[in-house]
Amino acid sequence: MQTPPLHVGAEPPFGPTLEDEEPSPPPGSPRQITWARRRAAVRRFWVAFRNDNMGVAGLTILVFFICVTIYAVFADKTGLSITEATGPRLTPPSLEYPFGTDDQGRSVLTLTLHGSKISLLVGLSATVITMVIGSAVGLIAGFRGGWLDQLLMRITDWGLVIPWLMLAISLASIFGQSLFMIILVIGLTTWPSTARLVRSQTLSVKERPYVERARALGASNWHLVTRHVLPNVMPVIMANTVLIVAIAILSETALSFLGLGDPLSKSWGSILERASNGGAATQGAWWWLGAPGLCIVLVVLAFTMIGFALDQIINPRLRER
Amino acid sequence: MSVLSLRDLRVTYRTSSGDVPAVRGVDLDIPKGQVLGLAGESGCGKSTIAAAILRLLPRRTSVEGQVLLNGEDVLAMPPRKLRAVRWAGASIIFQGAMHALNPVKRVGDQIAEAVETHGLSRDREAHVRAGDLLEEVGLPLRRSNDYPHELSGGQRQRVMIAMALACGPDLVIADEPTTALDVMVQAQVLALLKRLQREFGLAMLFITHDLSVLGEVSDRLAVMYAGKIVEEGPAQSVFLDPQHPYTRALAAAFPAIGDRRFRKHPSGLGGDPPDPQRIPPGCPFHPRCPDAFEACPSTVPWLFEAGADRRAACLLVEGALAEATEGAK
Amino acid sequence: MTGSQPGLADDPGSPPILEIRDLAVTFAGRIGLLSGLLGRAGSEARAVDGVNLEVRRGEVLALAGESGCGKTTIARTVLGLIKPKRGQILFEGKPLGRNLQAYRRRVQMVFQDPTGSLNPRQTIYEIVAEGLRIHRIHRGPAGESEEQLVARALSRSGLRPPERFFMLYPHELSGGQRQRVVIAGALVLEPELIVADEPVSSLDASVRGEILSLLLKLRDEMQISILIVTHDLGLAWTVADRVAVMYLGRIVETGAAEEVLLRPLHPYTRALLDVVPEPGGIDRPFLTGEPPDPTNVPTGCRFHPRCPRIADQTAASLGVEGRCLGEDLGLVELRPGHLAACHVATLDPDAATGGGAPSVEAAGPEASRS
Repeated sequence: MQTPPLHVGAEPPFGPTLEDEEPSPPPGSPRQITWARRRAAVRRFWVAFRNDNMGVAGLTILVFFICVTIYAVFADKTGLSITEATGPRLTPPSLEYPFGTDDQGRSVLTLTLHGSKISLLVGLSATVITMVIGSAVGLIAGFRGGWLDQLLMRITDWGLVIPWLMLAISLASIFGQSLFMIILVIGLTTWPSTARLVRSQTLSVKERPYVERARALGASNWHLVTRHVLPNVMPVIMANTVLIVAIAILSETALSFLGLGDPLSKSWGSILERASNGGAATQGAWWWLGAPGLCIVLVVLAFTMIGFALDQIINPRLRER
Repeated sequence: MSVLSLRDLRVTYRTSSGDVPAVRGVDLDIPKGQVLGLAGESGCGKSTIAAAILRLLPRRTSVEGQVLLNGEDVLAMPPRKLRAVRWAGASIIFQGAMHALNPVKRVGDQIAEAVETHGLSRDREAHVRAGDLLEEVGLPLRRSNDYPHELSGGQRQRVMIAMALACGPDLVIADEPTTALDVMVQAQVLALLKRLQREFGLAMLFITHDLSVLGEVSDRLAVMYAGKIVEEGPAQSVFLDPQHPYTRALAAAFPAIGDRRFRKHPSGLGGDPPDPQRIPPGCPFHPRCPDAFEACPSTVPWLFEAGADRRAACLLVEGALAEATEGAK
Repeated sequence: MTGSQPGLADDPGSPPILEIRDLAVTFAGRIGLLSGLLGRAGSEARAVDGVNLEVRRGEVLALAGESGCGKTTIARTVLGLIKPKRGQILFEGKPLGRNLQAYRRRVQMVFQDPTGSLNPRQTIYEIVAEGLRIHRIHRGPAGESEEQLVARALSRSGLRPPERFFMLYPHELSGGQRQRVVIAGALVLEPELIVADEPVSSLDASVRGEILSLLLKLRDEMQISILIVTHDLGLAWTVADRVAVMYLGRIVETGAAEEVLLRPLHPYTRALLDVVPEPGGIDRPFLTGEPPDPTNVPTGCRFHPRCPRIADQTAASLGVEGRCLGEDLGLVELRPGHLAACHVATLDPDAATGGGAPSVEAAGPEASRS
């Protein structure tokens, strides 16, 4: 026979000792407290990132190149001019010319230094275009569903299936060769993969109970997307952005190498093109190809490593148990 | 001799945030042909015990004490012997069959795999045995060619049961086998388990948070809280006349329809089951206990005699306080 | 065919706050929605197939049934999250219009998974205040600030002192506390009806009583009506005023809780009550076969393939077997305030539940089953 039931609401004699454990709430309005917690969350994220060796290594390389680029912006440009080139042609690295010289006698170091500006500029600008278009398409398609989703996805599929290089070359021939064009071409051809990723994450977040709860509370679609869906899709977008920068820089290099780049601005890819056409390989001028090539590899590697580290932190399932 | 005997079992997980003592000294005995019900809520350690018996815990977990299966200590077995014991000595019916079955293999093949792995028979014979087992659990033979997603929840659970019986174990551990099922399907599965247990004379460890299910299915009942057993005895008397306040609270969460005392009168406890890393001093239940008194926060109770063949770890049990104070001296 | 609405015994002065008339909801046969039950893609699932129901002011109505019966679909449709194929939902006598914004202030939800229902990136304060912000409520009726309104809602849900919870995130709270936050989020808008879908089934057993008590307190103190969707008849016994039992998209029995749970009329209700576990219970009867499939609704009484009264020839002996197999039917008032949709029960109320004696003696500690 069951003994009488317990009465809910009657305080147990030695009630929960939460009062002893928790410190008193900090002063400040709820908004201030919320922002303080957000800052704490960012700090926690930084600590996690700091502990990821790959991420730190990538960040170090990236910071180095950013410093190089900033320096390049203010540095002396005379070394780039062919007419004023004073060095001996095609000499291997030496104390005076640490990266050697090209076929016009210019210091490869100077060329590489200034090339970083263009490569990074194009990479970052194209990434902005890619992320904006890709995220917008992915969010709209994932959230709205229905015919709009189908339409957008078919466009995305088309973008994914067409061989990138063919498309880029075609667009280049239409738009003409300029820095702006390259940025546009890369942006327009890279967004589909981002759109796919964002859409699938949106689909997943959209189904979560708290989104449904907000809808039941009477939230408009705009509120749902901006307050609930986007913040929870953002981590994926951020991790993807970093990887897209790497892809964009590589894409620019490829296009420039093929001669589609802006003939007036010298990115690393252009240097490689010049070097390859100028017979660097046949004449054994490895430094001319090596310096910009190495820089490209390092920068792309840096972004990739940071991207992987972000992924690890954002997606707890990837962390080691 | 008992089929299963746990002697002072202690399991501590090692995590990035420190040690988590999930099981803190548990003694159990299950003789042949008996069903022992193990009840408790999240964090009490009951599922850990199930994994510990077959040594399925993560590598760095610390497991102390003895797990005697038919007299042999599983914890001390060499790997080869352990592999032989797993499934043929004792098997587990997991919670959430949907996840325990391989979605890309046919159901019949999965059962046959268990049989083959233990070298009991091969290929054709193994499949014949799989078919027999499916019929034993009430599924038609043609179901053995189905994939898990083609079966309903209840049918998948039956497949899990068939798999658990595949190698003729002495002990079957059922970890929340009916929790995710509808009430009607639950009744079917419980009836099936009872029948099979009687027919094959199995010893069974039935783990669930639903005390009313245990009251019906088990011969003996043990209730866990914060890594220890706080009450145990014959199933019906523990359920109908609990001696430990926690058992009382747990039983009250499953009121009998028609019991006037619970009409418009939900019964429950405040607070939550304790975090294993922050177990309260003295009796771990005292912060939530409506009957706690002065001695409770400072005295750790053990299982005192509380009636015929029953024990409860509560200082309110007759004679317990005296015994505890004696022991402290 | 839908049952016509008989004159329900309305308490004078207590008109229904919510009325559901002839509601039907169908889903196209996509695997994601009814996986496991659908053998074929492309066939329509009649999740809700002609339901009449009403919730009276200040009452707790339990909508009970197994999974797949349509009860969760009804809950979501009432909240405006699903568009019905046909039928009407009337709130305070007026049908829901296209713009549900105002309606959503007055009808709130509490769903099963308290952890999933809370956005992990929002603080408790933001979660509870969200309703106010969505409806652009900056001040309470007596001039209270947003902060005061949030504090009051948290306090009413039992989270005290409320300020301590403002800055916490959901993962820092226990399951019971999270559910209280969900309830606070609903309370802050001062709703008149709360729709709760399995509000305690994912909580630890010893914690459930707290939340159920809270719901009853809200009903007593704030006159909030509550529609609880559950599979657990024990829960209905604990908190409900009235119970409606669903099977395969229809309501098969409805009435006062004590009536339905102690003196059921419909064989399905009887079967559900029989399978509640009890100590020492051996050889309790249960229905065989698989749960029903909404894409394949039987003709006649949709329960007939599994009905024990067909199996034990009771229906045949009363001469109604033909009607059970061929004639669909709606709810019929067989006792005052107690309706059931059963041919056998309509003829002989006691015969449908397998015996003349009442199912359970409503005694105290001696409660047992016949």
